[in-house]
Amino acid sequence: MGYVDDQFSQLHKLQDESSPDFVVEVASLFFDDAEKLINSMARALEQPCVDFKQVDSHVHQLKGSSSSIGALRVKNVCIAFRSFCDAQNREGCMRCLQQVSHEYTMLKSKLQTLFRMEQQILAAGGSVPLE
Amino acid sequence: MGTKIGYTFIQSNRAWLPKALVLWIMGMAFISMSIYRGMDEENKIRRKEVLGSMCDQRARMLQDQFNVTVNHVHALTILVSTFHYFKNPSALDQDTFAEYTTRTAFERPLLSGVAYAPRVVDAQREQFERQHGMTITTMKSEPSPIRDEYAPVMFYQEPMSHVKSLDMMSGEEDRENILRARATGKAVLTRPFRLLGSHHLGVVLTFPVYKSKLPPRSTVEERIKATAGYIGGPFDVESLVENLLGQLAGNQAILVNVYDMTNASDPLIMYGDQNQDGDMSLLHESELDFGDSFRKHKMICRQVRLVSGYILYGAAIHIVKVEDDFHKMQELKVRAEAADVAKSQFLATVSHEIRTPMNGILGMLALLLDTDLSSTQRDYAQTAQICGKALIALINEVLDRAKIEARKLELEAVLFNLRAILDDVLSLFSEKSRNKGIEFTERGHIFVKVHLAERTMVKTDAKDETLLNGGTEEGVCRSGTGQFNTLSGLEAADGRNSWDKFKHLIDAEGFQSNASIINMMASNGGSEDVTLMVCVEDTGIGIPLSAQERVFMPFMQADSSTSRHYGGTGIGLSISKCLVELMRGQISFVSRPQVGSTFSFTAVFGKCKEYVFEDIKQSKSEDLPPGFKGLKAVVVDEKPVRAAVTQYHLNRLGIMVKMSSSIKDASSTAKNGLTSSEDKFQPDIILVEKDCWISGEDSGFNAQLLDWKPNGHVFKLPKLILLATNISKDECDKAKAGGFADTVIMKPLRASMIAACLQQVLSTENKRQAGRGVPNGSSFHQGLLRGKKILVVDDNGVNRMVAAGALKKFGATVECAASAKAALDKLQSPHCFDACFMDIQMPEMDGFEATRRIRQMESKANEQMMNGGSSVDGTAKRDELHLPILAMTADVIHATFDECLKCGMDGYVSKPFEEENLYRELAKFFKSKPLSAFIKMRQGPGAFELVILGLKLIERFSWNQSLSLPQEPHSWVRVPLLGLD
Repeated sequence: MGYVDDQFSQLHKLQDESSPDFVVEVASLFFDDAEKLINSMARALEQPCVDFKQVDSHVHQLKGSSSSIGALRVKNVCIAFRSFCDAQNREGCMRCLQQVSHEYTMLKSKLQTLFRMEQQILAAGGSVPLE
Repeated sequence: MGTKIGYTFIQSNRAWLPKALVLWIMGMAFISMSIYRGMDEENKIRRKEVLGSMCDQRARMLQDQFNVTVNHVHALTILVSTFHYFKNPSALDQDTFAEYTTRTAFERPLLSGVAYAPRVVDAQREQFERQHGMTITTMKSEPSPIRDEYAPVMFYQEPMSHVKSLDMMSGEEDRENILRARATGKAVLTRPFRLLGSHHLGVVLTFPVYKSKLPPRSTVEERIKATAGYIGGPFDVESLVENLLGQLAGNQAILVNVYDMTNASDPLIMYGDQNQDGDMSLLHESELDFGDSFRKHKMICRQVRLVSGYILYGAAIHIVKVEDDFHKMQELKVRAEAADVAKSQFLATVSHEIRTPMNGILGMLALLLDTDLSSTQRDYAQTAQICGKALIALINEVLDRAKIEARKLELEAVLFNLRAILDDVLSLFSEKSRNKGIEFTERGHIFVKVHLAERTMVKTDAKDETLLNGGTEEGVCRSGTGQFNTLSGLEAADGRNSWDKFKHLIDAEGFQSNASIINMMASNGGSEDVTLMVCVEDTGIGIPLSAQERVFMPFMQADSSTSRHYGGTGIGLSISKCLVELMRGQISFVSRPQVGSTFSFTAVFGKCKEYVFEDIKQSKSEDLPPGFKGLKAVVVDEKPVRAAVTQYHLNRLGIMVKMSSSIKDASSTAKNGLTSSEDKFQPDIILVEKDCWISGEDSGFNAQLLDWKPNGHVFKLPKLILLATNISKDECDKAKAGGFADTVIMKPLRASMIAACLQQVLSTENKRQAGRGVPNGSSFHQGLLRGKKILVVDDNGVNRMVAAGALKKFGATVECAASAKAALDKLQSPHCFDACFMDIQMPEMDGFEATRRIRQMESKANEQMMNGGSSVDGTAKRDELHLPILAMTADVIHATFDECLKCGMDGYVSKPFEEENLYRELAKFFKSKPLSAFIKMRQGPGAFELVILGLKLIERFSWNQSLSLPQEPHSWVRVPLLGLD
């Protein structure tokens, strides 16, 4: 569906009996992290004198997290975001921020639905296929 | 008796002996002195003569030049009197005068300029000032006080503009000159003084201008009365004599002074240093006659004291100069080198800087393409994306070239399996070749072969004969004209070095079973190195003769339209050349326009040791499942060369192959196998080339196959497989309907792919092997890190968690640190970690710095250990503290890797984690069974480079140029370079 890439399935591979909720744990950590980062980005960009370095470091963090979890679209926006930060383009940054938060919300809702469904399947005694 | 007398004589004069000695010495000294005197006298006379002639020569030259100048100034006075006074109205004005004098300046080489000042008596002053719009000023640029008469400068040569309207009578020397000049009617000179403009020593020349023609024997009064003005100009004697002397040879050996000797008791110096150190004993005076009878001038030349000293001095000066030059050159060299490094760095930096935003652009384009777009919009976006990708590919190539030039590219020696590499190269391009439909068809072919260079050498002669004698006999050329003994039947550029050889090699080396080039390498026990020769042969437009010599130059393509037609930057071949040279080989090509090109290169590889070789063999036989050994197959192909390729691959799997040129033959062979027991070739598989099937009797084949059934034998039917380079859906359906229910194998053929297909078709029970090819999932890797404790350092929580999860998967116990500081705390020795994964970009302290500190801590601890344990056996205490530190970074630039190694890291894992990648890096440090393909070995170029070369060659020449098929511009996607970055 394009929201996540191969890395997400890699994450699934890491999940086994010893850590049955690995993906959910990582994802929720990612959500917390990302929300914080997006908020701080928004705050930083609202300042009259924008500290692009700081914004850039936030974006870098978000990019790292998203690529770890395989959030392809968030990562792609982050890449563009960083080049705007480099260029100190406030306009572009604002646009990217909106995109990031949009992509993030989409991803979050999709993943949460996915997890809920998985839970339901498990609760019903089924098993979740890997891919 | 004689001796007795002599004895007595010396003995008796014994007391006189010392005196005699002294006398003797004094006598000799006197004699030598007088000889020296005599010689020196001669020498002195000679030197004096030389000096005299040199001095006279200089004096004459100076005088001649001076007189020439004076004569010309005289001519100027006549010009002024003729055109300014004899004509009414005057034909002269400042512009004319300035232009004329400037253009005739070459006639007065010693004069820096001339000016004309009319004689103005006080009564005429007002009128003059009004008429010429000027105020008469003194030398000090003040308005002139009232005098009897004035001589304001009216006309002047350009460089003399500073004297405009100056009253020449106000200067003491000039006034004296003017008075004397008009009285004598000749050129007069001042005494030497510092000139107004340049502050050099000089004299002023003044000439009178008369307003009427004077009688030949005029009196002084007549002359003064007729005076209309004066022409004058300064001689910059100092620089002029300097110039003059500079033109003469040997001027270092003598000192030249020019004096004004008007007052004989007080000579005034005009040129030269009064106090200069010269040999006063040896001097020569030459009279100078500058045409002014009042003034006497003299040139005095002196020998420089101690000529030899001067020569030594000169030599020393020369040495100093050479040394200075040398230092200067050295500095320039350093600067040039620095500039070169800067260029490479600039290239690398700029490329990197461009790449970063390009990634953004491409990322956004990818996002854009994900959204709902109209077809036009999609087309635009796709075009932009393709262009972006092309740009990135170009930048990468430039970077590669820069890297090779900067000698940054180093060869890594890795063990490799040649055949597997070639298979990989082929498969990388299979997509493209499939799109173009150009395997070994009548449209053209590309053919890559590898063999031992020395063996080909030996073979060449023998084979030439076969080609000449046997070529036609054997009937490889099937139907007369236009057929050649190549894969496609088209002519190849380098006929001598073509497919034929290859075939021979197969036969000769017994390629029938699993024997391989590696086997040959091993058996070829003598030398350490193996030179392989790789040829890439294609058919197509070839390279125009005019462009052939530029082929290996960077950014040169056959012609500018080539890049438009076939893509590419024109840098690939120059990179290939660099790489080949790095691998101690040579690259060359033969190309014939409209026929094709054959590129070949040699490369020197190190031979692996036997035991490592065993490893490879094992891994290889695992690669190719042995379950097909003993199977029999029939290959149906009308083109024997193409069939041979298929046969070759099948042979590798251990399958026995019979070839037949048509389906009819094949079925009869099969039937024979069934019926007659003496020829027991019962095929298990029949592989049919698509061309054969299409051209052949498609309906009949099915019928013939069905023919077998009634025979009622218990043998199972042979499996039917279609070999195709490209196949449309229709054809596929048709093939299925026509009996090829079993499978279709797409070309290019690879042994592993055939194996997979056959496995599927024959449903061999070797399921174990099926799973073996790709080590599936974690079970394979588990236990690699069992019991190991690993520290993960990353400021990003999500990353930390994922990394920890991945490492736990390998059985490790993982601890995390959220910052470099925390990590350092944890790693205070003694610690119990077996490895550390370090993020590079972290706030406060980055991964490089942290690693450096860890290494410092370790070396300190090691020192302590060494000091403590030095009394114990040194070797026992050898295992020093060294924690494997692996960098984690999303940055895949080589420079980062270099930086990692520089600060003491051991390896490098790119984020996001990929299991294979992670495993490979870890395996280096926790040796269980190392992956066979990545065992480090002796020096020698590795497989990776071979792949790149293969890519480059094929990419540039084969796939680009071999076809004159119409190409959609969009179908051209460049394959990224592997491994260089």
